[in-house]
Amino acid sequence: MMANTVISLRGATKQFGGLVAVDNVSFDVREHEVLGLIGPNGSGKSTTLNLISGALPATDGEISLRGGTITGLPARAIARKGVSRTFQLVRLLPSMNVLENVMAGGVFGHRRRWGQSAERHAMQVLEMIGMADKAKSHVGQLTYIDTKRVELARALSGEPEVLLLDEWLAGLNPTELTEGIDLIHRLRDEGRTIILVEHVMDAIRSLCDNCVVMSSGKKIAEGSTDDVLSDPEVIRAYLGDDDA
Amino acid sequence: MKRADWQNLGWGAALLVVAALLPLTGDGYLISLGVSIAMYTVLATSWALFSGPTHYISLATAAFFGIGTYVMGSGIEYINYWLLLPIAGLIGGVIAALVGLATLRLSGVYFVIFTLGLAEMTRQAVTWYQNQTGHKGTYVLTELTDPHIYWQLLALAALVFLLGWAIGRSKLGFALRIIGDDEDVARHVGINTALSKVALFVVSGATAAIVGAMIAPRYIYIEPATAFTPMLSFQVVIMALLGGTGRLWGPLVGVIPFTLLWEAISSSFLNQTTLLLGLSFLAIVYLLPGGFVGLYDRLRGRAKKRSAMA
Repeated sequence: MMANTVISLRGATKQFGGLVAVDNVSFDVREHEVLGLIGPNGSGKSTTLNLISGALPATDGEISLRGGTITGLPARAIARKGVSRTFQLVRLLPSMNVLENVMAGGVFGHRRRWGQSAERHAMQVLEMIGMADKAKSHVGQLTYIDTKRVELARALSGEPEVLLLDEWLAGLNPTELTEGIDLIHRLRDEGRTIILVEHVMDAIRSLCDNCVVMSSGKKIAEGSTDDVLSDPEVIRAYLGDDDA
Repeated sequence: MKRADWQNLGWGAALLVVAALLPLTGDGYLISLGVSIAMYTVLATSWALFSGPTHYISLATAAFFGIGTYVMGSGIEYINYWLLLPIAGLIGGVIAALVGLATLRLSGVYFVIFTLGLAEMTRQAVTWYQNQTGHKGTYVLTELTDPHIYWQLLALAALVFLLGWAIGRSKLGFALRIIGDDEDVARHVGINTALSKVALFVVSGATAAIVGAMIAPRYIYIEPATAFTPMLSFQVVIMALLGGTGRLWGPLVGVIPFTLLWEAISSSFLNQTTLLLGLSFLAIVYLLPGGFVGLYDRLRGRAKKRSAMA
């Protein structure tokens, strides 16, 4: 493990009864790296993300954040240590407005603020993400991409060490997709550390430095995005034998 | 504090003073009605502090209330009355903490059933203990009269409102709103959900116990069936929901009309009070999902829209 490793998985395993959803997976994420976690449907990408965020406890293996182990910690403790996430299906807080939704991520998270300072900071995040004018809107009035933006802003407002995006670009129309990719590009340029579970190939190519490819719970490839995407075994996993 | 806060505080204080003048009328019936309203206001408001944001429906009010009356009943011969009030609160709070830690992991309907069972179990335990020791009830003999009890309850109500207001502005209050909206999100933004819920459950449990202790002298003779009546838990839930749990003053708006109706019905048709309970419940479900508070907010929203269009 190198000195600037932020997240490190060693033999991470998750079993649901007889099904091994994540099977002995190891990889490292370095500071300022955008890592794509890719693979066919049901390959265990989201479960891996859930193990890192503490949504699910790992059956075996070790996960560490900046060298300290976080395996077995509850989600709240992992969040406080600096892991923030978005959810595969957007989860906003329906009784609150946009600003409060974003504040929710900054009051109890990694860097904690309260009162006016929390509000100011949430406002800054909203400005960065291009939604400052909708701060007082109710979340029920938002367009789909805006709900995704708010969720991202909530994850960012705790100033996490690492950001986990679970198919953040899924379901966007082509125009929205361009906006979405631009937004994550900006985060990348700011030097954030991000793990991205994603299906959109254009996004993976333009955003990810490196990729880890999973299939049936196992890691089948790892390396720079271009290398990984041209790896015959990866193509086989996605498309089946005939096309390889 | 903002200007609106001072304004609300002013209104609250003014209302409190007016309410405190009630016993000066010397009308026994009015004062007794006042005691009921004050009692239910405290119970429903503190119930809503916990159940409002978290949406956990607790039917444990009767358990804590009964514990409070029994603390008063068994201690009054040995310990000073004023000391027994905080002791009742403490015991109620500790039991709430234990129950909360054990049950607040349960979701929705399981929690409801458990809290209902808790009241029943405590009642049975007390009954059993009394049978063992060979007496049926306990006398609570004090010099306290209805006006005294009324003023005490009013002071407790003021305290609960202040506490609720403080929690509403605190990180704890914000955490509870997040938990009520989406508990998974709450965990993932770093909130200790179990501790936050238990904290509020303790507040409502301790408050109900203190109310029970304050009311005990009014009963003079207490026995398990009156102290732990499950009807109390249901009444409190219905009143709080009728008023609406979205605002601190919501339950109060439900308590007043409900208590007046309840008194009116029970004085002329003694056995029809459950009918009122059922009808109110139907009204809440079908007509007033957010209680009177929700109705008020909807009407205000509509008026705003209309003025925006004009």
